Amino acid sequence: MKKIMQSYDIRHETDMVEPLDFNRRSRLKDVDRCFKAEITNVIRLTDMEKLFQIRMVNDKDWERFTFLPGQFVMLELPGYGEIPISFSSSPSIRSTIELCIRKAGKVTQALHKAKRGAIVGLRGPFGTYFPMEPMKGNNILLIAGGLGLAPLRAPISFVIENRADFKEVHILYGAKDPSQLLFDYQYEEWHRIDDINLEVIVEQPDKSWIGPVGLITKLLDDIQITPDETYAIVCGPPIMFKFVCKRLSEMGVPMQRMFVSLERRMHCGVGKCCRCNIGSTYTCLDGPVFDFWTVMNLKEAI
Amino acid sequence: MLFKTIKKQDFFDVFLPDTQCIGPKKVGTNTNGKPIYQFLPFSSFDEIDLDYDTTEYSAKTYFLPYKETLSSFSFKDNDWTQEIKYRTRPRVIIGLHPCDINGLIKLDKVFEKTLFPNPYYITRRQNTFVVGIDCKEPCDGGFCSSVGANTVTHGFDLFLTDIGDRYFVKIGSDRAFNALQKIKTSEITKKDNEIYLQIRNKFEGSFEKTVHVENLPNLLDIEFESDVWRKWGEKCLSCGACAMVCPTCYCYGVTEHISMDFNKSDKIKQLYSCNLNDFAQVAGGHNFRPEPATRLKYRYYHQHRGFVESFGQPMCVGCNRCGRVCLAGINPTDVISDLQREQKR
Ligand SMILES: Cc1cc2nc3c(=O)[nH]c(=O)nc-3n(C[C@H](O)[C@H](O)[C@H](O)COP(=O)(O)OP(=O)(O)OC[C@H]3O[C@@H](n4cnc5c(N)ncnc54)[C@H](O)[C@@H]3O)c2cc1C
Ligand code: SF4
Ligand code: SF4
Ligand code: FES
Repeated sequence: MKKIMQSYDIRHETDMVEPLDFNRRSRLKDVDRCFKAEITNVIRLTDMEKLFQIRMVNDKDWERFTFLPGQFVMLELPGYGEIPISFSSSPSIRSTIELCIRKAGKVTQALHKAKRGAIVGLRGPFGTYFPMEPMKGNNILLIAGGLGLAPLRAPISFVIENRADFKEVHILYGAKDPSQLLFDYQYEEWHRIDDINLEVIVEQPDKSWIGPVGLITKLLDDIQITPDETYAIVCGPPIMFKFVCKRLSEMGVPMQRMFVSLERRMHCGVGKCCRCNIGSTYTCLDGPVFDFWTVMNLKEAI
Repeated sequence: MLFKTIKKQDFFDVFLPDTQCIGPKKVGTNTNGKPIYQFLPFSSFDEIDLDYDTTEYSAKTYFLPYKETLSSFSFKDNDWTQEIKYRTRPRVIIGLHPCDINGLIKLDKVFEKTLFPNPYYITRRQNTFVVGIDCKEPCDGGFCSSVGANTVTHGFDLFLTDIGDRYFVKIGSDRAFNALQKIKTSEITKKDNEIYLQIRNKFEGSFEKTVHVENLPNLLDIEFESDVWRKWGEKCLSCGACAMVCPTCYCYGVTEHISMDFNKSDKIKQLYSCNLNDFAQVAGGHNFRPEPATRLKYRYYHQHRGFVESFGQPMCVGCNRCGRVCLAGINPTDVISDLQREQKR
């Protein structure tokens, strides 16, 4: 039998010999191998969220690590676990990526203790993205609730870098209370330099809060849009985007032009573990970015 | 396809003991006095029984082990290195029934022929020599004929049908062809063909249980809120046994385990079940499928709708292992028939 059955070693396959590249989704690859990356800076945003600036240890890896706004990465903290995190920075910055991470459990807690210089692993990029190119030439509504601003920051950067290609740009952001506002140091810049209409609303104001109070849908009351020329990106908890998208539908925005990012449990990122399934759709492959029409048609999506 | 016939006693000479051999071994008897079989390693052919009816567990564990180390991290100073190993030792599995081979073909679709092909699975599959064998009669509650899984044309190296003192052999790979060079084989005669077809026809006609799955994808959509799910869901213990024994269920979870000296950490994949409580629970505690009924429904939904959408056929191969193992008496034929009835009402 030995002569008949020679042992097959997958490492000799030409695809496997080539360097790792998760963008080549149909190629045979070491799907569990991570790119090595270093945390270069940790910025505290609120009590619960920190922004991690990360760069590849091996400069050559950047060549095979390009992502688009809305995609996510599997962040490996060896010894603790691996979690899906959306890119929170501009895809055009080819030296660092930024991930905004909320302390939510085992892995994220450990990450919050990590210091500059810590070595982590990255697998990805994975998933679908916001179709930024087709949006050009239109008005754009960028709407976030809570931690939703983290993934929204990638399309925001894209819009800012290509500001002339877009007509009116609105960023609407809602949070529970003022202490939970993310990236507050950037509001001034978005508003003044980039000619963007930025509105922030909180549910529970503190004494110093002077802005509007209420739910995010309230901000839509004061906005005039031309539905035929408007795209919307909505990031936040399901209950939030459900109401926002319903409101936008009433205002006349077609469902195929509203995009949301869904969150599910993920253990692989490559369509194998089934943990991210919604009905029979893989959030990691077919999502996390979906247009609202698709979401409406997914069983148990919201 | 090449066909041959081989004398039964000659056949066993091919497989010499230098390769690990797996086959259906009798491991005990159940309370009704019926033998219980499992696919286990054996060293002599007296240990296995190719006339077995079915095994308690499917053979998927040899392709998708219940536990598998995906990679290991070794720590040094502030840095780490990641090591990945694939199992490359050749192995022979003898005695897979058509349902199990069809199960493997479905797993091939998921792990080989999609985006992000999976090297762990592919290595195990390529290094396994599969010898299948036709069933003699339908197993208890099996409904493979309803889902088109009672015959196979590929996915194996050799496939045997018992025609009395000889095996009618289908040769499915060049390595199988080479293996047969070492023993005495005979060409197929017209008579052999007749006997073969006669045996097969008799078998096809002997199924008791049937379910209609043609309209299921549509039906599952329509009956998404059906009371049928509550009825069966209330019985479900959320134990996950059904997914463990199933030849096609493949979902899993990944956890990391640190060694006692903190020098090493293993990333371990463990097969999971969508019936388990926390399957779809995310950080912050939200569970997308909190009730047993929603999880049970999801399992059927994935097998008979989602998989059909992706691959044009149901994932279930009708072996009824899940039905036999379930302590709550939940089995696919009853659940699906209930759904069909619901629609007719
Ligand atoms: C596409 C996507 C993008 C995300 N982007 C961000 C982001 O930008 N910032 C951020 O703070 N969080 C984000 N999350 C949520 C983040 O993945 C979870 O907070 C994180 O997995 C919690 O891990 P934990 O180990 O700390 O929690 P625990 O509750 O201890 O979780 C243990 C394990 O369960 C799994 N798990 C638990 N919850 C989730 C979950 N919600 N999603 C996926 N797997 C989970 C993980 O594999 C984890 O290892 C995103 C999730 C998805 C699916
Ligand atoms: S269907 Fe039966 S075997 Fe499956 S989880 Fe429920 S009780 Fe367990
Ligand atoms: S669902 Fe049940 S009957 Fe279908 S293949 Fe799995 S164990 Fe067999
Ligand atoms: S994360 Fe594993 S299948 Fe989507």
